[in-house]
Amino acid sequence: MSRLPIRLEKSVYIAASASAAGKNEKEGPLGDCFDLTSDDDRFGQDTWEKAESEMQRLALDAALGKAGYGQDSLDAVFAGDLLNQCVASNYGLMSFGIPFFGLYGACSTAAESLILASLLCGAGAKRCAAVTSSHFCSAERQFRFPLEYGGQRTPTAQWTVTAAGAFVLTDDREDVRTDASVKAIPRIAAVMPGIVTDRGIDDLSNMGAAMAPAAADTLTRYFSAGADPGEFDLIVTGDLGREGAEILRDLIASTGRDIRRNHVDCGLLIYDCDGTDRHAGGSGCGCSAAVMASNILSNVRAGVLKRVLFVGTGALMSPLTVNQKGTIPGIAHLCDITGEVTK
Amino acid sequence: MNTDNKTYKKYAAGRAKKSPILKNCASAFASGGAICAAGHGLRRLFIYAGLSDDNAGMLTSSALILIAVLLTGFGVFDTVAKHTGAGTLVPITGFANAVASSAIDSRTEGLVPGIGAKIFTVAGPVLVWGISAGAVWGIVYFLVGAVFMKGGT
Repeated sequence: MSRLPIRLEKSVYIAASASAAGKNEKEGPLGDCFDLTSDDDRFGQDTWEKAESEMQRLALDAALGKAGYGQDSLDAVFAGDLLNQCVASNYGLMSFGIPFFGLYGACSTAAESLILASLLCGAGAKRCAAVTSSHFCSAERQFRFPLEYGGQRTPTAQWTVTAAGAFVLTDDREDVRTDASVKAIPRIAAVMPGIVTDRGIDDLSNMGAAMAPAAADTLTRYFSAGADPGEFDLIVTGDLGREGAEILRDLIASTGRDIRRNHVDCGLLIYDCDGTDRHAGGSGCGCSAAVMASNILSNVRAGVLKRVLFVGTGALMSPLTVNQKGTIPGIAHLCDITGEVTK
Repeated sequence: MNTDNKTYKKYAAGRAKKSPILKNCASAFASGGAICAAGHGLRRLFIYAGLSDDNAGMLTSSALILIAVLLTGFGVFDTVAKHTGAGTLVPITGFANAVASSAIDSRTEGLVPGIGAKIFTVAGPVLVWGISAGAVWGIVYFLVGAVFMKGGT
């Protein structure tokens, strides 16, 4: 039973979402979709870590503004990032004074926080928020090399996205502010927590291959429980990149299902990967958070997308354990989002 | 695809696009060669200016280090190095960049826990094993000398 999807008995709606993003992301194909951007990736701060915190603060502030909610009205916020001790979240959201849960799910945190926030909303809380961020400069220093270090990347390497996404959830449809442009309200219909999956990948530059089997596992479990890939307008994975996305399609095809028609990956949507330094695409938990909070959910609200399967994918990578000859496990959390047509 | 981990790993490695080795080697050869030629030019210049061979060599290394550090500070080095690869990494310029970039990165954590502790994060292994190898070679050199060239040198 524990491996089955959790269908939310009580409807939980995404009242509003907002995003903040850096320079490269602003110059990418989705550049116009983000609510706030910074031309120097610093967001007016003197350290990269503070810049990431500020992105989270701005994103949640913007989402609350769009929903028309006061910060005092939130029962809890679930937030995460890639930094040790989740500092970007702790410091970034401290000023709101909202009961806080810090999460680490590597790049799956956007989906993980959405799942937990929706479950809490369905279990008695009225309004909750989910916030996630990653910053190229703070992540690069923690996980890889100094920023100015002159090295070469392999073609399968991905580029950590500088962005944050915030979602404000409510258990009451009447609590969602709408206007004429809103044709549908995004509702979280079902969720499915991921299982840590390790297929032995140990290449730090090939996260896509580490995450794809986890995404395939979660999707296959979800489809086996009674959903058909064709039911969804879009199956959105977090940050598999070019390599991982192609592996995922192969893995799903081997189970006799086809997601080629409707599968997109946030890591490939956020950058124009050809002819740039992005190689296999974007990564980092801010990638799927910002793409979902901006482009995807806007299209759900506009009635363009009626049903979206969001699968946040994470490579649970630690440079320490990889140096100890360890492997890189992956995880993938799923949210089934339906646009509920407004009256 | 219900394969075992070994098969999956092989499949993933097999389908992964490889780095363009020939192109990388060619650009490393050209850029590395150009840096060394420029270094040689500098050395000739220093000798022409009246410096001894030893001092000219030392000043050439220092000049290349200074240039690499300045380019790192101005954010130019990494932009060039992603094309030149080993061409900028192998000469003394790569070492200078590894040290300078670590120092720049950790300056927000202060002089001691930041720059002091992190400056050799990238270059440290080269120092540790380079110096160790030098020491081992020194012992070998001493022993060989003691055995084969008694009373020599």
